[in-house]
Amino acid sequence: MDFIELIQSAFEALLLNKMRTALAMLGIVIGIGSVITLVSLGQASSQSIQTQIQSLGANLLTISPGAQRSGGVQGASGSNTTLTYEDATAIESAHFVSISKISPEVSRRAQVTAGKNNTNTQIIGVTPNYAQVHSIAMQSGSFIATQDVTGLKDVAVVGTQVVTDLFGGADPTGQTIRINKIPFTVIGVTVSKGGSGFMNQDDIIFIPIITAQKTIFGIDYINSISLSATSANTMTQAENDAGYLLLSRHKISDPTKADFSIFSQADILGAASSVTGTFTALLAGIAAISLLVGGIGIMNIMLVTVIERTREIGLRKALGAKDKTVVTQFLVESIILTIVGGILGMILGIILSLIISSFMSLPPAISITSILLAVGISGGIGILFGWYPAKKAADLSPIEALRYE
Amino acid sequence: MIDVSHLSKIYKMDTVETVALNNISFSIDKGEFVAIMGPSGSGKSTLMHILGALDTPTSGKYILDGEDVSKLSKDQLAEIRNKKIGFVFQSFNLLPRTTALKNVALPMIYAGISKKERFEKAKILLGQVGLEDRMEHTSSQLSGGQMQRVAIARALAMNPSIILADEPTGNVSSAQSDEIMGVFQNLQKQGHTVIMITHESSVAAYAQRIIHIKDGAIEKDEKSKRGKKE
Repeated sequence: MDFIELIQSAFEALLLNKMRTALAMLGIVIGIGSVITLVSLGQASSQSIQTQIQSLGANLLTISPGAQRSGGVQGASGSNTTLTYEDATAIESAHFVSISKISPEVSRRAQVTAGKNNTNTQIIGVTPNYAQVHSIAMQSGSFIATQDVTGLKDVAVVGTQVVTDLFGGADPTGQTIRINKIPFTVIGVTVSKGGSGFMNQDDIIFIPIITAQKTIFGIDYINSISLSATSANTMTQAENDAGYLLLSRHKISDPTKADFSIFSQADILGAASSVTGTFTALLAGIAAISLLVGGIGIMNIMLVTVIERTREIGLRKALGAKDKTVVTQFLVESIILTIVGGILGMILGIILSLIISSFMSLPPAISITSILLAVGISGGIGILFGWYPAKKAADLSPIEALRYE
Repeated sequence: MIDVSHLSKIYKMDTVETVALNNISFSIDKGEFVAIMGPSGSGKSTLMHILGALDTPTSGKYILDGEDVSKLSKDQLAEIRNKKIGFVFQSFNLLPRTTALKNVALPMIYAGISKKERFEKAKILLGQVGLEDRMEHTSSQLSGGQMQRVAIARALAMNPSIILADEPTGNVSSAQSDEIMGVFQNLQKQGHTVIMITHESSVAAYAQRIIHIKDGAIEKDEKSKRGKKE
C-alpha cells in the first residue's frame, strides 16, 4: 500500500464516524487555537508596552528621590523630598558632554474644569526641555517656553484625551481651564502618543514647573529629573556624571546611601519585558495544558476505535497484515486527526487573535514561529498519543481478535 | 503439500496445563478436499489456527509447501497467511460498510499489489462465485450466502496453496449451505486444496476425506462416501 492510498484509507475510516472524528478533533482545534491566540496576544502586548516605553524618549535616564527615612522607618521609594529644581539647574550648568538635555518635573493628579466639564488628570510641571527629552510633538499651538517658567505664567499645554474630555474635541487653544480652581490659558495641544488606562500618555496637562510648585501644589521640591544622554553609548557616563554631582550637592560620601536613584529606560524596558515574558509564558502554559487535554482526547477516541475495530484488526492480520502495517494504519489516522485539527485550530487562533487585538487596540502580532510550533506540536501529539492505541491494535492476537464480540 | 508430524499444543494457565492437541500426525495432498470433524473442545479449532499460521505449536512440525511453519516469526507468519492461506470464516468477517469489491481486494493490499491490478483480479473472482452484479454492494446489503461467497472470493485473491474454512455454513440457511459447499467442490475440481472444519456430518460429507478429532488426537481418518449431491 503506497503512501497516498494509506492516507486515503485513513480518511475513509475517519469519515465512517464523522461525529466522533469531529469531537476528537475539537480538542486539538481548541488547544492549538488557544496556543496561537494566547501567545500572539502575549507578544502583541509586550510589543505594545515596549513601543510605549520607547516613546517616553530616547536614551532617557530618570532621577528619582530615594525613600524617606525617619528613624528606623523605611518609606516608599520616591517619597523623599530631597530633589530640588536647583539640583536640575546644577546638572545643567555643569555642561556634561554625556548629557544633552535636563528636564526637572513635578507631577500630581488634580481636578480640572473647563466650563461645565471637568476631569481628574495628571498635571506635570515642566520646563521647555521636557518636549525634547520625552519626544513630545505639538499638534497645534506651542509648548511651555522658558519665559513661561521664569515668569510664573498660568499657561497649559494639554493632551488629546484632555481635549476630548473637556472640550469635546474642539480646538482649545486660547480657552481657559481651571486647575484646582486657578485659571490657566491653553496654549497648545500635543500629538497623541497612544496607550490606554494608566499608561495613557494623552491624559496629561503640562504647565510651567515653577507655577506648578508655587501656585498649584505649594511645594519646593521636584518629583524627578529626566536626563537625555547624548547617545546610547554615553548612558552610563551620564548616570555617573549626574549621580556624583548630586552626591556632592547632597553632601553624601557613600554612594550606597544616596538619597536618590537613577533608572535608565533600558532598566524599565527590561523590567517590563520580564513581566510580559512571564505573562506570555503563563498564557502559553495554560494553552499547553488544553493542548495536552486535546491530545488525551485523541488517544481516548483512538483507543475506543481500536476496541471497536478489534475484529477488523484480527481479520486484517489473518489476511496478512503485519504488526507494522497495523501500527501505521492507526498512527496515520491519529496523525491526520491532529494535523487537520491543528490546521483548523491555526485558522481559529489567527481569527481570534485578530479580533481580540483589534478590540484591545493592540498591534496584530501573529508569529510564524507560534504557528509552526502549534502545527509541529499537533503532529507530535498525533504520534505520541496515537502510538499507544496503534501499538495496542497491533499487539492483538489475531485469534483473540477474531473471536472478539 | 501439508505434512503435520507429532504436533502438540499445550496451553498454560497459571499452573494448570491444558493439552489441546496431543501428538497429531497426518498429511494432506495437493487438490484434496478434507473435512476435520469433532465435537467442541476436541482441539479442532486449535488445529485450524496452527494450519492457518495464526498460532504456532508447542512441539512438533508443520510443513507447508516444504517450509516449516512452526518455527517462523510473527512477520513471516503474516506473510504465510497472506500468500499461502485463504481463510473462510463462520461469521464471514467482511469489513463493514465496505463494498464487496474492496473486501475481495483487501488481502492483495498487504501483498503490495497495485490498486488497478487488485480491482481487476477482485472483479474476476467475484464473477467466479456468481456475484458480478453485487460488486458495489456493502456487506449489509448482501444475504448470508452472498457474504460467504464474497469471503470465498477474498480467500482466493492471493491464489493460496490451501483454503481453510472454519464452519463455513454455520451462519447461512441450509439452501445457501448447499450452494456454498458446491462452490468448495468446484474449487477442488479446479485443483485447489480445501480444508474445512465442521461439527456437522452432513456438511463433512461433501469432502473426500474426513479426519475425526477427539480430545486432541485423531480418532479416525476415513474416505468419505463421496458423491452426495454431486
